[in-house]
Amino acid sequence: MRHTISVLVENKFGVLSRVSGLFSGRGYNIESLSVGETIDPQISIMTIVTSGDDWVIEQITKQLNKLIDVIKVVDLTEFDHVQREMILIKVAPKRENKVEVLRLAEIFRGRVLDSSPQTFTIEVTGEEKKIAAFIELMKPMGIKEFVRTGTVAMAREISKKK
Amino acid sequence: MKMSGAEIVVECLKREGVKHIFGYPGGVILNIFDLLYDDKDLKLILTRHEQGAVHAADGYARVTGRPGVVLVTSGPGATNTVTGLATASMDSIPLVVLTGQVPTVLIGNDAFQEADIVGISRPCTKYNILSKDVKNLSKEIREAFYIARTGRPGPVLIDLPKDVTSGKTDFVWPEQVSIRSYNPTYEGNKWMIEKAARAIAQSKKPLIIAGGGCILSDASEEVRELAEFSSIPVTMTMMGLGSFPGSHDLSLGMPGMHGTFYANKSIQNADLLIAIGMRFDDRVTGKIEAFAPHAKIIHIDIDPTSIRKNVSVDIPIVGDVKRILTVLNRVMKEEMKEQWSEVRKAWLKQVADWKHERPMTYTRSDEVIKPQFVVEKIYELTAGDAIITTEVGQNQMWAAQFYKYDKPRTWLSSGGLGTMGYGFPAALGAQMAAPDKLVIDIAGDGSIQMNIQELATAVIYKLPVKVAILNNRYLGMVRQWQELFFSERYSHTNLDVTPDFVALAEAYGAVGLRATKPSEVEPVLKEAFSIKRTVFMDFVVDWKEKVYPMVPAGASIDEMLFEEKEKPAEKKLKAVK
Repeated sequence: MRHTISVLVENKFGVLSRVSGLFSGRGYNIESLSVGETIDPQISIMTIVTSGDDWVIEQITKQLNKLIDVIKVVDLTEFDHVQREMILIKVAPKRENKVEVLRLAEIFRGRVLDSSPQTFTIEVTGEEKKIAAFIELMKPMGIKEFVRTGTVAMAREISKKK
Repeated sequence: MKMSGAEIVVECLKREGVKHIFGYPGGVILNIFDLLYDDKDLKLILTRHEQGAVHAADGYARVTGRPGVVLVTSGPGATNTVTGLATASMDSIPLVVLTGQVPTVLIGNDAFQEADIVGISRPCTKYNILSKDVKNLSKEIREAFYIARTGRPGPVLIDLPKDVTSGKTDFVWPEQVSIRSYNPTYEGNKWMIEKAARAIAQSKKPLIIAGGGCILSDASEEVRELAEFSSIPVTMTMMGLGSFPGSHDLSLGMPGMHGTFYANKSIQNADLLIAIGMRFDDRVTGKIEAFAPHAKIIHIDIDPTSIRKNVSVDIPIVGDVKRILTVLNRVMKEEMKEQWSEVRKAWLKQVADWKHERPMTYTRSDEVIKPQFVVEKIYELTAGDAIITTEVGQNQMWAAQFYKYDKPRTWLSSGGLGTMGYGFPAALGAQMAAPDKLVIDIAGDGSIQMNIQELATAVIYKLPVKVAILNNRYLGMVRQWQELFFSERYSHTNLDVTPDFVALAEAYGAVGLRATKPSEVEPVLKEAFSIKRTVFMDFVVDWKEKVYPMVPAGASIDEMLFEEKEKPAEKKLKAVK
């Protein structure tokens, strides 16, 4: 099963490689990972999307906790939470599809960030499924490239453990 | 007071109570070595290879329980420590390893003798750090010692760029250490401990498996109290040898791949396993699906990741083994008034029958020296009062099987990583830590050659370590696998040209002795033990001898091969292949 794990770490040199090294060294899979500073610049937060059965996920959270620079680990999958990902996607539609691309972007509440005679670069934000759906719809339009941020997630303020 | 980084390092080591450092100098670490030149309180033991220095510090730590300290230079000096770090990491041994590094301005420039040792050693240390500012140095060293010895112990590496050790700052000694992201659990959950006590009370066929954690936590007394009070037999993993007296009536010796018949049989028939400070390594469990099929499992360990890593656990208790057992023993004694020896009578009888059915044994000989005979003789002549280190392979298993370890910290062996070349330098460290003890490295002719350069260290520091080489002219354990599982195709395990170990020892200024007949074993050992010098004993042993019992890798631990059943068992195995 897929899990979204939030990891609070010391904002120190080498912490990212400790975390990624733990995953690679023990054969765990990272589907996405995003890192950024928190309100306290000495602390960073990582959002890791990974998958595995209960045994694997238990080991992952324990192993993360064991790292000296890790302050806190929360498996958000156990809680109500919100999560978002952003994609920048550059499409080069045929002339007859240009309007369709813009219409689809609007349906997905996307924004055109850049356009050229041949291409549109569109920003879409949403849960992973929404991003995946948008990619599917853009495929026949002619995707030139895209880049994704990976998931960021947060527990809801009024959040019960599932 | 302004001090240089090097002076801070030396001052911090002293304040941490360090007396001995194992190391090897080089360019960028000279700032520190220079201070050690005329220091009266810190003694540096110059090994002949950095790997030897780390193993020696490891042996020192296993004997004293305090972190072993290593000081080496950058680049190759640092990379040579890696096997030692991995060895200590797998066996949870506290070390503080200080490596030199090129000046911070050169880092990343592929400078001479530059290696990213922090990157290289990350997966085989408990923690490591590149020191970047002399102002933080005392705090970093203090934290390194703290991290190394607390929680589940392990090696910590600090990388010291040359400009950090030459830079100056005011010295501040942090009295307290507090790391917000590092708070090991020591006290076990009270409710879980009570639950464990009830499970023990209800169990008809309980078994204790004591691991290395019992030694690291200095919990031998508590293990013994639990076993004796509630009449529970005890098996000790290889790392746990010495945590419970091997000569005790309740001792079943070692379980697992080369464990005793009765230990494995007891595991497979127990209705409750009390696993203490051990981690269900594959060499202990064999085929995991078939392991302890009837048993509930109580698992006590300080490391939460050890719990439910390999086996499913019914009663997990995270915390320090000694503290948990202290509470558990109290609960047992206060609340449970049964006559345990009566309650367990049938089970203890069953276990005794298994012991009787297949004791640890081998075929004796008057013509050739059996390696097991040498180990037995060592046990007999020392009365078990020695520190034994081992290399890895057959020598290690025979040393585990045929010598009874009654006290903790008297058995030093690379369990997790299985590092050939560990035993001799570890013996030197052990001898530094315990100058009055008899320290014996039980070695093979293959392993001893992996750090044989340390003979120079032994001789120069007058360390009267005894090395008993069970010389079978083969990489015996690998050869054993080839014989059993690879149709006797002895690919590259024949060490045809082994050196003349007697002459070699003498070339270094040590004493060399040799025994080629069984009748010579005892005189050689006696002579070696009577000489206050480093002695190499070359025991020319039966090269055909194999380690039994044996559970083939991947088989259930009750599918054991025995010596006398060798032929049909081998056939069966070959047929399976």
